[in-house]
Amino acid sequence: MPEPHSPRPSSQQPGPAARLLFPLALGLTLAMGLASLFVGVSSVSPTLLWAEGGTGPATEVFLTSRLPRTLALALAGTGLALAGLVLQVLVRNRFVEPSTVGTTESASLGILLVMLLAPGLPVPGRMAVAAGFGLAGTGLFLLVLRAVPQRSALMVPLIGLLLSGVIGAVTTFIAYRTDMLQSLGAWSTGDFSVVLQGRYELLWIVAGLTLVSALFADQITVAGLGRDMAIGLGVNHRAVRALGLVLVALLSAAVIVTVGIVPFLGLVVPNVVSLLMGDNLRRTLPVVCLTGAALVMACDIVGRLVVRPYEMPIGLTMGIVGSAAFLWLLTRRRGHVA
Amino acid sequence: MIEVEGVERRYDGVAVLSEVTLSLPKGGLTAIIGPNGAGKSTLLSVMGRLQKPDAGRVTLEGMHLAQAPGRAVAKKLAMLRQDNHTAARLTVRDLVAFGRYPHCRGNPGPEDQAQIDRALAILGLEPLADRFLDQLSGGQRQRAHIAMVLAQDTGCILLDEPLNNLDISHAVRIITLVREAAQALGKTVVVVLHDINMAAAHCDRIVVMKGGRILRHGTPAELMQADFLSAVYETPISVHELAGRLVAVY
Repeated sequence: MPEPHSPRPSSQQPGPAARLLFPLALGLTLAMGLASLFVGVSSVSPTLLWAEGGTGPATEVFLTSRLPRTLALALAGTGLALAGLVLQVLVRNRFVEPSTVGTTESASLGILLVMLLAPGLPVPGRMAVAAGFGLAGTGLFLLVLRAVPQRSALMVPLIGLLLSGVIGAVTTFIAYRTDMLQSLGAWSTGDFSVVLQGRYELLWIVAGLTLVSALFADQITVAGLGRDMAIGLGVNHRAVRALGLVLVALLSAAVIVTVGIVPFLGLVVPNVVSLLMGDNLRRTLPVVCLTGAALVMACDIVGRLVVRPYEMPIGLTMGIVGSAAFLWLLTRRRGHVA
Repeated sequence: MIEVEGVERRYDGVAVLSEVTLSLPKGGLTAIIGPNGAGKSTLLSVMGRLQKPDAGRVTLEGMHLAQAPGRAVAKKLAMLRQDNHTAARLTVRDLVAFGRYPHCRGNPGPEDQAQIDRALAILGLEPLADRFLDQLSGGQRQRAHIAMVLAQDTGCILLDEPLNNLDISHAVRIITLVREAAQALGKTVVVVLHDINMAAAHCDRIVVMKGGRILRHGTPAELMQADFLSAVYETPISVHELAGRLVAVY
């Protein structure tokens, strides 16, 4: 039947272009992965590795530094993009990600307290504490959100940023009084140059968490339709939401504990994918994860190349790329933010 | 068969539903009408287990709704709220496919696919199937949500003002469709309506509510009385027979 009024042009339809996104993201991730393996100060190339035949300086660098670093980049990118995606769907707001709702800052506070009170705690224990604090911070955000009557989609991230600021201030104050400011700054700035074999393996937890998210993809999508729709379709809204928030806290904590804070990624990647192919997690989750991995690797490679033989921390490159993309999204999505 | 027994519901101490008791037989189209604030939507929400009653209970074919597992209920009862502000960017087809979720848990088989296609066809959504919801007009979005509820293929369907946002052609088509579903397929359908004449022309039963209570419950012929309707709406209303129908004029 004729449909005279369609508010948006039909070029927005998810057509063949959307179907090409998965192979595209996969190809990009593989290309970035290869580049990341062979870009750096000491020269490592496939031919060199082949010539060394299993032992030699290039093989040594490859196995203890390049490969762990590349895997860490891919896992961290996956985890952060996924955390942003799940949070955006469950909070039903486009402008949230772990670092704009207090998750990241709370996790940092947790790590600082561990360094002060239980410096001997092994890394998994540290991550557990960070995740616990992150979860509490996110819960606090949701409580504040419920208490504040807000009908504007932009109020949500504003509240989150305020809360993050307060928690961050508490952390800074404690660090200042205990002479920990410098070490707080050192580990909280995202940096992959310190990743070596034996110091990133905790990040593999991201792979497990991604699998769990994929298994619950449909339920998370339904929960994102709102409480009433979820109940109508027989989905336990409260349980799925709780599971999602635990996933977000664990993903964020794993990344912060191993490589530090990488801003904006969780905001930019899910938004771009949502614009291109919608919000059905069953379809978008793999693309979001791959794009996240590819973007982090790309930013890291740029950071390695610009000031050779030195490195720029990834937080800097990511901050530049991310803030530019965020501004673009703000102007692009204003029509349908809520 | 859906039974509402002594349901009470209060917001901040103010009673929104008081001693509501209603028994609807299996099959047939029932309209709930009444002035604003009568408690129509609240009653429908309680029947659709979106709100828990403060007292009383709702049973569907003997199943106590507030206690039954969510998925079991979702196979027997579908509900559509009035305001569907879905923030998610789903395609129309994806949304309708989620109607099958209680049955297939995300892995639609041929039977589920057939239900999805049928629902899309009935609501004339095939040309829009691959559009995102945020690219649709209000009426188109409303039809997409109704298609989702149809795809859920439940014995009992609750619709809160399903004709809002729809033009005359779609409104008539949907109320006719709902009536056919009730008569031919034996589904129990309850709709909240604002248009008394729409209710009188198409529904088997009418429930009239005011001030959180059910005033009367009967056939359109029994309830389409000028005195009664004037009192309910506190507005002079006359009832005339026109082209074989009872029509309220106000």
